[in-house]
Amino acid sequence: MIGTARAGHIGGDLSVSDILATLYFSVLDVDAAAPLKPTRDRFILSKGHCAAALYSVLAMRGFIDPALLPSFMQPLSVLNGHPNRGKVAGVEANTGPLGHGLPIAVGSAIAARLSGTGWRTFVVLGDGELQEGSNWEAAMAAGHRGLDSLTAIVDRNRLQQGARTEDTNRLDPLADKWAAFGWEVAEIDGHDHGALFDVFTRPRNGKPLCVIANTVKGKGVSFIEDRVEWHHKVPSPEQVVLALEELAR
Amino acid sequence: MIAETTTAATFDCRQIFAETLIQLARQDSRIVAVCNDSVGSSNLIAFQKEFPDRLINVGIAEQNMVGVAAGLANGGFVPFVCCAAPFLTGRALEQIKADVAYNGYHVVLCGMSPGVAYGELGPTHHSIEDLSWLRAITDLAIVMPADPDQTRAAVQWAVAYGKPVFMRVGRTKVPSVSAGQNETFAFGKANLLREGRDLTVIATGGMVGRALEAADDLAKDGINARVLNMATIHPLDEAAVIAAARETGAIITVEEAMVQGGLGAAVSGIVVQNAPVPMRILGIPGFAPTGSAEFLLDHFGLNRAGIAAAARSLKGA
Repeated sequence: MIGTARAGHIGGDLSVSDILATLYFSVLDVDAAAPLKPTRDRFILSKGHCAAALYSVLAMRGFIDPALLPSFMQPLSVLNGHPNRGKVAGVEANTGPLGHGLPIAVGSAIAARLSGTGWRTFVVLGDGELQEGSNWEAAMAAGHRGLDSLTAIVDRNRLQQGARTEDTNRLDPLADKWAAFGWEVAEIDGHDHGALFDVFTRPRNGKPLCVIANTVKGKGVSFIEDRVEWHHKVPSPEQVVLALEELAR
Repeated sequence: MIAETTTAATFDCRQIFAETLIQLARQDSRIVAVCNDSVGSSNLIAFQKEFPDRLINVGIAEQNMVGVAAGLANGGFVPFVCCAAPFLTGRALEQIKADVAYNGYHVVLCGMSPGVAYGELGPTHHSIEDLSWLRAITDLAIVMPADPDQTRAAVQWAVAYGKPVFMRVGRTKVPSVSAGQNETFAFGKANLLREGRDLTVIATGGMVGRALEAADDLAKDGINARVLNMATIHPLDEAAVIAAARETGAIITVEEAMVQGGLGAAVSGIVVQNAPVPMRILGIPGFAPTGSAEFLLDHFGLNRAGIAAAARSLKGA
């Protein structure tokens, strides 16, 4: 997709893919035949720039036709560079500007409580994104309200667009921050499907859950992994072939 | 400018807003109120007492407040976000654009105490930029009721509308202007309050009563002003504006907002492209000096005398 579009955010797509695959294939109660079913679980990709990864998993779960994927970011495609719920079934919120997904997820979790139907809400946040203050407004509200149907997953790949997170505006001690806001916190390997499944389905104790998923930006492609310049660098046709070979291994 | 006084009964529209919201909430369990530590200033105390679970106070956190409202709308609720207009529109502008308007969520953003209602508290607390900012956001309806009856009708409409709304809810006391109207509030339609052929005064919100007063004075001078209550700023009633230009030959707009980008800009954009006529845009030119709301409105000529003077100037009288 990115090779064809000559644009995209390949590093973050690859760091979040195992999280998305675990959610969509083993955890979320969502139905491609009824994408707006009122009691569905909600998933919000706050790091909307990783739309390519979301579109891929939505296609594999039947929400969109896989034949659409090559149109990613092409003129007039429904597959915009950031997701649009009006155009793509299964998208819950149009994200793109950072720091927007968690507040919306908090609203969804409050709605679940008010309606008494008890759907779960999952939101994936980039780690660099946590530098946006709106996240902490929302984190405070979720902790205060004890929204235990809410799970925030931090894609902790330690890189942001321009540099390492810890060199730019330090996030650590990150688990302590979430705990201080009233959240239960779990730190796991964000590429371990079993660990992801276990943490997403664990019994809840009256607190929202923050999963700090330690990931590798560009996971699975040796020349992209953990390299800051691959935030939105586009691979050459030769590199696309190499990357696909490595990912197929 | 001489301060104006009025003998007619006047009303704070927040009261009828809150009463209407409670009445509707009794019949419609989707309605919730979301606020930012503004339970008192948004007149939500009675709502909170009757519906404690449906009053969601997120604290002093306007960005989260608007995002939470979008999430509630995703979950099937109809959130009325009640917040002082300057902080709702200024602090949470990107959330209004992205979370509400671009998502198309049915959230009713209620900008309480807009314009210079907070008077002496100064420009940080004035909401004069909101119309300019929000007119640029497509798919966000912008409405501003002029009196209590119209406020009630607009709130009822907003529950049924199904799409994003920004509603200014005035704090500055206003007279009733809707008496005798067939339809108190028709979304996207101007209310013709007074017929006239010499010029048209197009006013919104609390300025409507003042425009009617000015029209009374102008009539004594032989100038018969048409008065339109433009309670919907976006989408604008283009037909009423074009008819006003063609039939009366001159237009004055009056708003408690910045002169750049608000009602006057919207009207002039229609006028110059369809039926160019002379115009005056009355509003607020920039950060206001210290003074009460009434003082500031007089200071900027947003009163009976100021509107009449602009009309005479426009007519060369």
